[in-house]
Amino acid sequence: MTVIWRRLVVLQIPILGFSLVIGFLQSNLESAEQNFVQPPDRFGFGRPAMITDIEKLDIDVTPAGTGLPPGNGTAQTGTATWNRVCGSCHGPNGEGGTAAPVVGLEPQTGPPTVGNFWPYATTLYDYINRAMPRNAPGSLTADEVYGLVAWILARNEIIEDNAVMDARTLPQVTMPSSNRFVPDDRTGGPEIR
Amino acid sequence: MADSRQSLPIGSSGGLTRREILVGATGAVSTIATTPVSGQQALETTRRPGRGPNELGQRSQFVRPRRDPSTTSSRTPLQDLRGTLTPADLHFERHHGGVPAIDPDRYELLIHGMVERATIFTLADIKRFPATSRICFLECSGNLRRGTPETLPQMVCGLTSQTEWTGVRLSTVMEEVGASSDAKWFLAEGQDAAVMTRSIPMSKAFDDAMIVYAQNGDALMPGNGFPARLLLPGWEGNASVKWLRRIEVADQPFMTREETSKYTDPLGDGRTVRQFSFVMDARSIITDPAYPRIIEPGWHEIRGLAWSGRGRITRVEVSTDGGANWQIAELQPPVLEKAHVRFRAPWNWTGTPTELLSRATDETGYTQPTWEVLRAARGPRTRYHQNPITSWTIGETGQVLFGADRLRS
Repeated sequence: MTVIWRRLVVLQIPILGFSLVIGFLQSNLESAEQNFVQPPDRFGFGRPAMITDIEKLDIDVTPAGTGLPPGNGTAQTGTATWNRVCGSCHGPNGEGGTAAPVVGLEPQTGPPTVGNFWPYATTLYDYINRAMPRNAPGSLTADEVYGLVAWILARNEIIEDNAVMDARTLPQVTMPSSNRFVPDDRTGGPEIR
Repeated sequence: MADSRQSLPIGSSGGLTRREILVGATGAVSTIATTPVSGQQALETTRRPGRGPNELGQRSQFVRPRRDPSTTSSRTPLQDLRGTLTPADLHFERHHGGVPAIDPDRYELLIHGMVERATIFTLADIKRFPATSRICFLECSGNLRRGTPETLPQMVCGLTSQTEWTGVRLSTVMEEVGASSDAKWFLAEGQDAAVMTRSIPMSKAFDDAMIVYAQNGDALMPGNGFPARLLLPGWEGNASVKWLRRIEVADQPFMTREETSKYTDPLGDGRTVRQFSFVMDARSIITDPAYPRIIEPGWHEIRGLAWSGRGRITRVEVSTDGGANWQIAELQPPVLEKAHVRFRAPWNWTGTPTELLSRATDETGYTQPTWEVLRAARGPRTRYHQNPITSWTIGETGQVLFGADRLRS
């Protein structure tokens, strides 16, 4: 072996080795890419919800009145329910007690009430039906809830005592605070607002 | 070695006052100096075997961090914690109809409304989706008590806690059910006795919202939504509906009680009420030194927490002279988005009465305001999203008291 040939071999071996390593890494990377499984658009988990499944839980009432059930009530029919179920916490006249007042029209001085701080009458039905009374939520009939809604609206001088509240009339009630509520329009940054 | 162990009297320091121990330790009083005090306990515990392994860990009998419960909430003892993750059993609670007991095997989540496929998911279904974890704080938007000088950090703003949450991205689930591109809001509903409901913009669903089932790697605590809840990082806690039973996708908000007469902000003009103010503004509190500590002159480390619902905290400043001068506090990495971060600053108390304050700035350039600035901007009737700079006063005796005067209207 000549000196020159020997030098070439010495040089070639590391170069060959280097290219082998690079080649090995490249093929590994390629196979890793090939082995990376993309998640599907759909997994197929869960079961289809039937109308009956939805009806069982879908109790919300929107400002347009969607979700209001059949039934009706007036302030007069609501009085008995108020006295029996609500007055002990919210006060006999809705003036408040251990629970918050619901009657009161003064926007500046008094505490927040249905009269001065509730923008939608439909929310009353939704909330009373959903969560009241505290010790037995969900126990009131639709007629009882409509009666309580009417009672509270009448005590706040928003409707007449004999006005019938039902799925058609309740969404038409305009609340004193209906145009006070605006979505948060802050855009972030240093501003304190 | 054996001799010295046998010669040690057991529990002999029990009747000594702290002063006697100090005197004894210096050797100035010979009768007491013969009793080895320092290091005694380190030997005592070696004399009898300790308890064996058990099923469920318990804190040391000498450590007793406790939430402070009222009828509707319980507050995290911020002054007792040193890190950023809140132990699950100390995470604050706020619920409106008590904590329901839900059997996870019978748990179901209904998603319907403006979707191609109304679907019911079991807990097992939810856990099958690709999992993701994130660390973020959760804070009630009613998290300020102005109180008296005798107020603990826990009572000032203990309705914030931090967790490593694990669950599925809500966007993954929304794609699974084929949520309509016309949908703008969704209703999240809980299965507690309040049947809690909030309307959430769909943009949050496709940003960073999650349905989570694990809290610091473990199942959710019942008071924090077991077995599954919504998680909206950086947003007011109430909107992260717990015990999630139903999501209804829609094109407008539902105007529930909790987003109209509650969790809204009457502004200074006496008329306008700000609605859907979800994001929690940047905030900080010094958790040490704080009431009820009595400190000695010399070096102390001012320590506290800072966080912002808009992103990362970039700077926390502390003042040790009632707000005249401010120094930059060190932030403990990692500084995560929408997460509690620890800040620390060295302070040499000379013994002169003074007042310690902190203020946080986030990556949007927002700096925590003073109470006066906040009140001027919002008026006197805002009840939520109050994040003023708070302070601790140091009296001549070293007594630390809450700076309640700064929050008077």
